[in-house]
Amino acid sequence: MIAFSQTENHPFIELKGVTKVYGTGQAAMHALRGIDLRIDEGEFVAVMGPSGSGKSTCLNILACLDTPTTGIYKFKGIEVGKLTRSQRTRLRRFYLGFVFQGYNLLNRTSALDNIELPLIYRRISAIERRKRAINALETVGLRGWESHTPGELSGGQQQRVAIARAIVTEPAILFADEPTGNLDTARSREIMDLLSALNQNQGITIVMVTHEPDMAAYAKRTIHFLDGLVESDEQNGRAI
Amino acid sequence: MWWNTILLALREIKRNVMRSVLTILGIVIGVGAVITMVTIGGGATAQVKEQISSMGSNLLMVTPGKRLGPGQSSNVALFKLNDGEAIARDVSSIAAVAPVSSQSLKAIFGNQNWSTQVTGSDNQYFKVTNRSIKSGRQFSDSELRSGAAVCIVGETVRKKLFGGQESLGLNIRLEKLSCQVIGILEAKGQSTMGMDQDDIVVIPIRTYQRRISGNQDVAMFQVSVQQGASTDKAQRDIQLLMRERRHLSPSDDDNFNVMDMKEIAKMLTGTTQLLTALLSAVAAVSLLVGGIGIMNIMLVSVTERTREIGIRLAIGAFEREVLMQFLVEAVVLSSFGGLIGIVLALSASVWLAGVLRVPFVFNAGIVVIAFLFSAAVGVIFGYFPALKAARLDPIEALRYE
Repeated sequence: MIAFSQTENHPFIELKGVTKVYGTGQAAMHALRGIDLRIDEGEFVAVMGPSGSGKSTCLNILACLDTPTTGIYKFKGIEVGKLTRSQRTRLRRFYLGFVFQGYNLLNRTSALDNIELPLIYRRISAIERRKRAINALETVGLRGWESHTPGELSGGQQQRVAIARAIVTEPAILFADEPTGNLDTARSREIMDLLSALNQNQGITIVMVTHEPDMAAYAKRTIHFLDGLVESDEQNGRAI
Repeated sequence: MWWNTILLALREIKRNVMRSVLTILGIVIGVGAVITMVTIGGGATAQVKEQISSMGSNLLMVTPGKRLGPGQSSNVALFKLNDGEAIARDVSSIAAVAPVSSQSLKAIFGNQNWSTQVTGSDNQYFKVTNRSIKSGRQFSDSELRSGAAVCIVGETVRKKLFGGQESLGLNIRLEKLSCQVIGILEAKGQSTMGMDQDDIVVIPIRTYQRRISGNQDVAMFQVSVQQGASTDKAQRDIQLLMRERRHLSPSDDDNFNVMDMKEIAKMLTGTTQLLTALLSAVAAVSLLVGGIGIMNIMLVSVTERTREIGIRLAIGAFEREVLMQFLVEAVVLSSFGGLIGIVLALSASVWLAGVLRVPFVFNAGIVVIAFLFSAAVGVIFGYFPALKAARLDPIEALRYE
């Protein structure tokens, strides 16, 4: 286990001069050109920007799914870049939740089993697992759909299963990559209401990538990315 | 950790029924084919060996003609009856010499007819071939001398012509020759070559020469050497005697053959072993094809599985947990398929052995080899793509197309 300092001296999440380069030489593509960012506990951050501005790359790095080319990423004061592979895995397992743009649920696997999966890796007992998974399913409003596989669920329902899977571990921070990207307006609002509620009621920090201003408006803070740099970073006036 | 991993692996197997079944099927076919073929081949070889040893190794066959291989078509003088008498007289340690000429003829009794092997010989024949008379009697000396129209029939011929009827003393017809049945041979079953040894009618050699072949020739002599005496020496003595009787100069090749049963035995076992090797090769190909089948299934599903690995890593699975899950999956599928293959193959072998009338010889070696091979194929192609995927950053595995 990694010893995280519990003092408030360290920011929750801190990026310093983070860059990400894909490929090498002439073909090199600079996705991030030096990001400085700080996110505190309990925030609800929307990350916006045009395609290719580096917002998803940044989110993947924050979620420990990807590693920066240069720069420092500190999580609760711990330098993530210096952690071993399995320490990063532990970080994901115990602190981070992730909602993918393409849902990334296991095929031919029931909603409940999908939601239970992270709990299996946390060595939670079968009974406790089931209880928590059903709770999470309840939270996203999908009671009665336990045994349906992703193929039998609509896009919005799959997105909600993906959210349930991310929150079932009660992560310290939830990353969501365009959680409403594939949904109609009504479904999008349902999802956003759900995320807001998680942020307000359970105190889960949320970092969400979106390109819809309507959805970004649900967040308390909006960061704009452009060409691999932070263009603007402002608190939203509107409180939900 | 172990229980969790096994649980995850079994769930994955259950969820992907089609993929699991196809993998198992590939292994079942590979393992099953190899074991069945080798077991049956082994049974056939064992049977040949057993029959040869039951025939005795003290038998020599003296045939005219050069050793030309199967055809033996060189035009040389055939044997006469006095050649056999000379062997019996001049070669020491000979137990019995039987002249043998035979051809296939139709035997007729009433409205029954049956195509059978008609052999002209004498009473020595029964001694040499190790056969006894079940009922009736052997040929009498006067019958042999005069070439009387009498015959001794094998069990198959008796059954086909007479059925349940008492047959001794009745007359059967062999082409133009009508002869009286004076004896029935004890049944002996199938020979090494798969021929029915009871499908035979024996008549005196003189009768054969006069009434059937129409000449004074003898096709071959079967010689049995006394128990304990050297077959090789008898073989050499007969060779020398025959060379002398046929007036061959030292530079001439033999224009006859003295064959040892051991040679025939070697030839036959060689043939069955070759056959077994051939069958095994065919079976090995099916094992390979089964292996390629498994490989295809595994490789086709690699995209989906790579994404699955990405998902598992992203939500907090250790690389080793994912790998262990894939390994357990591969091992479970392979061993399950292997076990089914073994059970099916052994049942099929027992059944086939019954149908083909060869003994069932359990070959543990091939069972182990086939099982290990298929298990290796399953594990290698199930595990190594996973190994590659699990080393990626989660996001790369998720993006895998």
